[in-house]
Amino acid sequence: MGHGPAVKLDKDNASAYKTRLGVKMFVAYTIVYAIFVVINATNPKAMESIIMGQTAAVLWGFGLIALALVQAVIYNHLCTKAEANLNS
Amino acid sequence: MIYAQSPLAIGLFITFVCFVLGLSFYLARRTSSAEGYYAAGGNIHWFTNGVAFAGDYLSAASFLGICGMIATAGYDGWMYSIGYLAGWIVALFLVAEPMKRLGKYTFTDALDSKFNSKSIQLTAAISTLLVSVFYLIPQMVGAGVLVQPLLGLPHWVGVCIVGVVVTIIVATAGMASTTYVQFFKGALLLIMSTVVVVSVLVRGLSTEPVNNGMPYHDFKTMTASSTLELDDPRYTIVAGLDSTFGEAGFIKLAKDGKESIWQLNKADSGYTLEETLYVSEMPDGTKMYNGAEKQDGAFFPVGHIKELRMDGEEVAATGAVGPLAYLSALKDSTIVLWGKKYIMDGANKLTVYYQKPTPGSRVLRPGLKFKVDNATPTQTFNFVSLMLALFCGTAALPHILIRYYTVPSQAAARKSTIVAIASIGFFYILTLFLGMGAMTNGVINLTDNNMSAPLLALSFGVVLFAIISSLAFATVLGTVSGLIVAASGAVAHDLMDNFLGMNMSDAAKVRAGKIAAVVVGCIAIYLGIVFEGMNVSFLVGWAFAVAASANLPAILMLLFWKRTTGKGIAASIMVGLVTSLGLILISPDMWVRYGLLPQDAPISFNSPALISIPASILALVIVSLMTQKDVPMVASETAGA
Repeated sequence: MGHGPAVKLDKDNASAYKTRLGVKMFVAYTIVYAIFVVINATNPKAMESIIMGQTAAVLWGFGLIALALVQAVIYNHLCTKAEANLNS
Repeated sequence: MIYAQSPLAIGLFITFVCFVLGLSFYLARRTSSAEGYYAAGGNIHWFTNGVAFAGDYLSAASFLGICGMIATAGYDGWMYSIGYLAGWIVALFLVAEPMKRLGKYTFTDALDSKFNSKSIQLTAAISTLLVSVFYLIPQMVGAGVLVQPLLGLPHWVGVCIVGVVVTIIVATAGMASTTYVQFFKGALLLIMSTVVVVSVLVRGLSTEPVNNGMPYHDFKTMTASSTLELDDPRYTIVAGLDSTFGEAGFIKLAKDGKESIWQLNKADSGYTLEETLYVSEMPDGTKMYNGAEKQDGAFFPVGHIKELRMDGEEVAATGAVGPLAYLSALKDSTIVLWGKKYIMDGANKLTVYYQKPTPGSRVLRPGLKFKVDNATPTQTFNFVSLMLALFCGTAALPHILIRYYTVPSQAAARKSTIVAIASIGFFYILTLFLGMGAMTNGVINLTDNNMSAPLLALSFGVVLFAIISSLAFATVLGTVSGLIVAASGAVAHDLMDNFLGMNMSDAAKVRAGKIAAVVVGCIAIYLGIVFEGMNVSFLVGWAFAVAASANLPAILMLLFWKRTTGKGIAASIMVGLVTSLGLILISPDMWVRYGLLPQDAPISFNSPALISIPASILALVIVSLMTQKDVPMVASETAGA
């Protein structure tokens, strides 16, 4: 059938841990993103309010982009640590 | 609007094309095996792959479409950036490592990894082909749009150049050359976009836009009495309040035999008149721009600040500012946006562009493009559905998913996704400044806002324009390469080798892939010419909705629901494809393209994801539960296994 990885992969004992961690972090980000969409859809004027010299909408935008990167770095750190512990 | 061709731009473009072709021929020796052709041997470094992800993802829609949308609709354009980036969270946390573990060359491999199901091989290949083609069309159209100002050549020539060059790139070295082209393009795009944004911030804001030494057109204002006696007697009224112009809130005047259209605004004692821009289309299709031929340059670029405020003071210019001070000053200022109305003038159809002074705080929050203020339930549904499609689409795009097979390990797949998030997130922050820069620097071409970012670069001189335009062209080249690799893999590997069971040798697989690349390239050229004039971001929205509906439910349920069966996955893909495509084809936007009235469309929304994604999941669950006897007896390969 020709499936399976193009290169040989070692067994990954950390796989289950990484999956659970990924789901939790995904849910956390999705909740924040959903709140952002709901505010925009139901009360867009709230996004015009000024916070720290910027509109709330701009801060939400920067915040969502920054949150994605911060979560990604934390996720990688925890996954790398788990791989080192469980695959050694 | 007209553009003068720059020898520098032409030289840079030719240099880049020669470079990528040379690279492809050099890398061709690595692609004698199927692994080499479809997955670049699986040994690309994660950092290179991460930047190549950015190169793949930052297509014409991101660079040209989003910047143009922000330039004309403010924050709503940036919502696309936010939604697209959020989609990478799905890719990183749920899809990256399992895709790497389960697949070989195509995402169909991953879906089919434990079933060996003909129905999955067929439906996933069809889905890959359809999504890739929908994504290809706007890229090719974008190439045609770019080639006109860059090389002075017609649309179809631009499409053909991209088609031929990309087909050569892919047919010679497959994923290896595509990856390195994407890497260079992605890195250069980030660097040069940063240069433009820094230039924008150093220039600061001004009520008199500076555009490469060219003066900004002074849009005139005059007053009239309540009986329309004009304060400038040199003008005479051609069409007044009782005409189709008057009904739409405009009047047509003439001065020295030249006609112009003015917006009427009620004032205390009569009217204020503001100059507009207009395009008239004759019955034979000929177009006149502000009453003159296009090359006469009478249709001026626009975008300016009416009232500039900084730290509570009204100023004429801010001087150099930091990024936060830039946005803060914009928020406190009044920016002139442009509305659009259609008027019939006898047999001629007129598109009139008129000034709409708007508070900056209103520009920097949603609602100018998306109907979210006092929205009807349908409008709210449409908005939420679009944001859902953007969130779910990224992790289901075939040309993105196949990039996971080019790295050597699951950890490398994860790390390359993080590099992609950093690169793409940074670029999307830049898009806000690129778009707002175009909005306030007098560079927007109202007939085609896709060119806003390159024209913003032109306001700083022809060198930056030449580099940015060549990069924009490279953006198209890179994305099209990735799409053609994905599509050729679907034909040669999924359909010919797996579905039809042709049992090809390694060399035959590579040969089949190259032939498929040439055929798909020819189809892309044809579609790029046929769809000339179509909005670049329109079909990308389609591709996201279709991918999110057809592919993502199947991927996620395979990974996270152990009772998923092969028939369930096939049903999910087909239901997702048919539902999303069907709803798009009967949407109000498509009704307009059929030449019908949008209100006559059978449905009242344009974005199908909120219906088609749940329908796809439901189909998978129902069919899987009905076919439980098909679940393999071997240990299931789920995400956590």
